[in-house]
Amino acid sequence: MAELPTGRKQLLIFCAAGAVLFLFPILIKRDDYINLMILIFLFTILAQSWNILAGYAGQVSLGHAAFFGIGAVATRVLWYTGLPYVMALFAGGIIAGCFSLAIGIPALRLRGIYFAIGTLGLAEIFRITIGNILPTVTPFPVEALVTYTLVTRYYLCLVLALITVTIVFIISNSKLGLGMVAVREDVDTAEASGVNTFRVKVMALIISSFLAGLAGGAYAYYQVSFYYDMPFSPIWTFDAMLIAFVGGVGTITGPIIGSLFYAIIREAFALTMGQMHVLVFGVLFVLVVLLLPGGLVEVVAKGRRFFSGFKAKSI
Amino acid sequence: MTAEILIQSLVFGIFVGALYGLAAAGLSLVFGVMKMLNVAHGELLMLGGYATFYLFSLCDLDPFLSLVIAGPILFLIGILLFKGLFSFLARLDEENKIKNSLLVGFGISLVLHNLAILLFTADERSVTPTYAGAGFELFAIQFPYIRVGGLLLSILLMYSMHLFLNKTYFGKAIRATTENWQAATLMGINIEKTYLISFALGTALAGIAGTIVSVGYAIHPAMGMEWTIKALIVIVLAGLGNIGGAFIAGVFLGAIESVSALFVGAYMEVVGLVIFLMVLELRPQGLFGR
Repeated sequence: MAELPTGRKQLLIFCAAGAVLFLFPILIKRDDYINLMILIFLFTILAQSWNILAGYAGQVSLGHAAFFGIGAVATRVLWYTGLPYVMALFAGGIIAGCFSLAIGIPALRLRGIYFAIGTLGLAEIFRITIGNILPTVTPFPVEALVTYTLVTRYYLCLVLALITVTIVFIISNSKLGLGMVAVREDVDTAEASGVNTFRVKVMALIISSFLAGLAGGAYAYYQVSFYYDMPFSPIWTFDAMLIAFVGGVGTITGPIIGSLFYAIIREAFALTMGQMHVLVFGVLFVLVVLLLPGGLVEVVAKGRRFFSGFKAKSI
Repeated sequence: MTAEILIQSLVFGIFVGALYGLAAAGLSLVFGVMKMLNVAHGELLMLGGYATFYLFSLCDLDPFLSLVIAGPILFLIGILLFKGLFSFLARLDEENKIKNSLLVGFGISLVLHNLAILLFTADERSVTPTYAGAGFELFAIQFPYIRVGGLLLSILLMYSMHLFLNKTYFGKAIRATTENWQAATLMGINIEKTYLISFALGTALAGIAGTIVSVGYAIHPAMGMEWTIKALIVIVLAGLGNIGGAFIAGVFLGAIESVSALFVGAYMEVVGLVIFLMVLELRPQGLFGR
């Protein structure tokens, strides 16, 4: 595990990066770059939320798409019924969190691989049910379409991504975060040392699904039209997992680096290789998993240690 | 609703379920022996289906005979995948092995899915031999030859798997490794070789399942995920690593889905999933676990 960013230097980097990102759409007025940044923010939120549950608390969920989907559909429906968008967005997140509570109590009794496959089954139930209840495409209402600008979406996703990273930062430095790591490393030992493991897991699940719901809500605002069951597709779970693993699971910076890598490489491949791009991406992904089990974060950490070794002559 | 319709759906459910079972048996074998989840299993099944499709449309080979070729092709692909990728994961501890095999498997499924689109196009394909429409009728219930053939073939394959696992040296080595690989190593079993053989057998089973799927059902490059999810559900229903149980659980799932389709229509898969979750909650060791 890489060290958690603490102290003034990290805060400074975080603020500086935030400021640069706030200026980005003013300085660079190209829609394709803004679009790419929106994707990166969305992926960051989603991967970060998966990371809380799987990376920190060690509960590998294969059903994350369910919470993303609930957030997307709830936000969209509430927004269309006349609620202001921001309220609909948070309502979507809260609804996703509530669903996770209802699902989580039975699901969290399962361990390891059973939890993974069980959550996959749950997500599939949601996907099929929503696909049957709402089999149509959801388009934008005309007035929303007329005023559609990418820059609004950019700032929305940026703010949500910053909030998400801050939440993960606070958790990782809190007692709850320590509890999560203890549960991940060894549930029985954690329980024996006085950690209320069930409570920790439930908290991780609620926070994680709330954030996934927010990501879904942002998607519902960004994507002009989609089938209602589309955000429930297992692809979203796999994307989140892929990004977190490529970046470095159980770290704050991992999912951010992962999203950058994932979105940029995928788009670059899509531009240059056409139909071949997913194939090449798949090969690259397998190589990263096999050769860099700690994710890209580990490469950065190793590089830093290598260079500081020159200066201090110690590792 | 008459009794005939009910029994007819039950029979068709069993035909589909046998394929779920066959697909799951391969996955279960791999999981049981190596504690790895190969989520590219559905894509391997798809490759088997395409092998049969091309052997039929280019060489005019009967689809049921083509598994003599499709099976070994997938066995070879299994060897390559294991040697090239999965063998690197074999040394990890159990939890990381499952997670990393999931990821590698997912990468492979991306590759195979897109390779299939490039090579075979995204069109839906199906093998239709001359006897495709024919069948016989028993007590007013229809039995199409291709479905009955698929069912019998699946049972035969599962029976030979059973014999292989119980009567041959390799089979016993596989079962010993499933029970406890450390003890198996101490008894002089070559773990590396056992892993290789069981992984390749697992992919060959996926390929053969694909062969039968391509006759009477459709194959297309995006079918992998569906089949992987079905197979995952079935192996949990049966109890992880229980190969014979996986087949029975597959038949059970197919029958339930098919009969419930009469009552709840499009929600038939939800019924299967709810039963799966109930089993997971109440009997996490699976229906046939100890």
